[in-house]
Amino acid sequence: MTNEEIKLFISAHIPAATFDESGEFLNVIIASEELLPIMKELRSNRDLEFDYLFCLTCIDWKDHLMMVYHLLSKKHRHVIVIKAKITDVNDPQIETVCGIWKTAEFHEREVYDLFGVKFINHPDLRRIFLMDDWEGWPLRKNYVDENMIEI
Amino acid sequence: MDVSEKLIFPGQKHETADGGILITKLDDAINWARANSLWPLVFGTSCCAIEMMSAADAKYDWSRFGFEVARATPRQADLIIVAGTIVMKMAPVLKRLYDQMADPKYVIAMGACTISGGPFFYNTYSVVKGVDHVIPVDVYVPGCPPRPEALLHGMIALQEKIKNEHYFGKKAEKDK
Amino acid sequence: MSLLGEDIVTEDGEFVINMGPQHPSTHGVLHLKIWLDGETIKRVQPHLGYIHRSIEKMSENLSYRNFIFATSRMDYLSAHINNEACALCVEKGLQIEATPRAQVIRILMAELTRLSSHQLWWGCTGLDLGAVTPFFYAFREREAIMEIMEETCGARLTMNYMVPGGVMYDIHPNFQKRVKDVMKQIKNNLHEYFEILTGNVIFENRTKGVGYLSKEDAISYGVTGPTGRASGVSCDVRKWFPYEGYDKVQFDEILDNCGDCYARYMVRMKEMDQSVSIIEQLIDNIPEGDFQTKTKNVIKLPKGEFYQRVETARGELGVFIVSDGAASPYRIKYRSPNFSNLSAIDHMARGAKIGDLIAIMATLDLVIPDIDR
Ligand code: SF4
Repeated sequence: MTNEEIKLFISAHIPAATFDESGEFLNVIIASEELLPIMKELRSNRDLEFDYLFCLTCIDWKDHLMMVYHLLSKKHRHVIVIKAKITDVNDPQIETVCGIWKTAEFHEREVYDLFGVKFINHPDLRRIFLMDDWEGWPLRKNYVDENMIEI
Repeated sequence: MDVSEKLIFPGQKHETADGGILITKLDDAINWARANSLWPLVFGTSCCAIEMMSAADAKYDWSRFGFEVARATPRQADLIIVAGTIVMKMAPVLKRLYDQMADPKYVIAMGACTISGGPFFYNTYSVVKGVDHVIPVDVYVPGCPPRPEALLHGMIALQEKIKNEHYFGKKAEKDK
Repeated sequence: MSLLGEDIVTEDGEFVINMGPQHPSTHGVLHLKIWLDGETIKRVQPHLGYIHRSIEKMSENLSYRNFIFATSRMDYLSAHINNEACALCVEKGLQIEATPRAQVIRILMAELTRLSSHQLWWGCTGLDLGAVTPFFYAFREREAIMEIMEETCGARLTMNYMVPGGVMYDIHPNFQKRVKDVMKQIKNNLHEYFEILTGNVIFENRTKGVGYLSKEDAISYGVTGPTGRASGVSCDVRKWFPYEGYDKVQFDEILDNCGDCYARYMVRMKEMDQSVSIIEQLIDNIPEGDFQTKTKNVIKLPKGEFYQRVETARGELGVFIVSDGAASPYRIKYRSPNFSNLSAIDHMARGAKIGDLIAIMATLDLVIPDIDR
């Protein structure tokens, strides 16, 4: 499918989705509540078949958090970037996509560890890199650590 | 420095008809034996560990100096080579390994990370700023990573240190 | 100690043991918690973070020239390729390209790195499975490659040679001759690798049919690199999304459908041949000219997001830079190949014996600092 067709497809499912084609890939920006149904559709639809989630991360834009999912289809060789906007920075929550791509389990734990995003229905949501009793979410922009020297 | 000269037994030799007699101080004899068969516990966490492996290969060959029994266990280890960054989560593990080693024990800190927290990582939230915050260090080997020759030099420096230790007599009392 | 966990027996009679973070056969600081029924593995739970150096956070304070150097410490066995990925990503943001000479030098360096990395992996696989001799054979060639690196880049392991716009220095005058010598040496010696390990009965018994990973699972787990290709997933970034002119050289993507440890072993062994062939195609054809495109002293990327992927010796490395127009990145994410590859270990090890776990780990070719970053 071309980017135009993918756009039409997503607009049909989520009318509120906005698109950004300034970069290398087609970016789709949606609200965090709409994530799971569209992800399921992207994975299972015969013409899309995004079977490979190659990058899952989060960006802290201070007033909101942005989950970023890079998807690729091994069969059709198209790439798409889904961005889910989480507006509640104090208690960020989003549905997990573990059930669709198994690789998401570890990547989501990483995002939880470093950004504090809680993944609803995640099978094993624990800190992955830091100790369990660590306080704070280090990759957040407002994280302060007395060990670090300001530059 | 001639290596073979350093390996000679410290003391006097008296040849007799049916062999010989060695006269030496007990300290010297013990230190001679210990310095020439240091068994390292290799504690390689990251990049420096690869250079440590290079030091073990046929080209650099640390077995020449008695280091070849390098194992990843604290049993029978005399020396721990800390090669690589130590982070907060790892520090208790390192401490525990060090505590499990039998006395006397020595520590070589290999690489910038173990000396000060690294060429870049010293200013991050998770890195220990030098392994000497966790365990006492005998020899520091700087570099990122140090060349195998540098590690060998550090190990020979440690042997030198061991050869000057005292277990008996007045000096030993003072050392305590 | 709560951190390390204790070895315990669970209520239904399963024995829980901890392997690592300091263990003779995990080379590196991986900590695996294993649930056992007798000697059969019920479940494996990797515990990470024993070398989490927070490179991503640190890079947010470094300039676009400096953050690259931290990445040689991530997957230190593919240091060049990591640097290359970052340099390419910055170039993508600046919309420039490395000079033709630099591009060829980069490919040569990347393939030399791949060779030396696979050699080290081969030696360590032997060590893990109980054969000490391979280690010494592998390091013979590896040291020869390291010497070439040292001559040109000034370092043996963490080279920091790739910079945005090209490479840091021109190649050493001896470079071509020495590379040719080493290639000849490797081609002459590669059969020894097979003689020592490949046909060995013990080795075959420990790897054949062990740690099976199906194609669907490999894609779902995001497994890439030789590990993925051994399961039949075509995932070579050099073929899929060619960079630096990989589309102009001839090489095959090695695929295997068995998906077991032995397949992973064979894929890597065959990849060495391909790397040698790529180097031989290019070594006499290094174009003349500059080795670096001129860039500003202080690099500032335009606002936006840039993603670049490369094929390291272990799989697909992705560099994701988010820029807000300042002189240092707003956010950097490294999609590290090992992190995804490791996530499949539980799936692969279930039902296997505990000794098989060593073979699985060895053939996954894990580099822990790349997982933890
Ligand atoms: S000193 Fe350099 S090479 Fe050694 S562990 Fe630290 S970063 Fe790696």
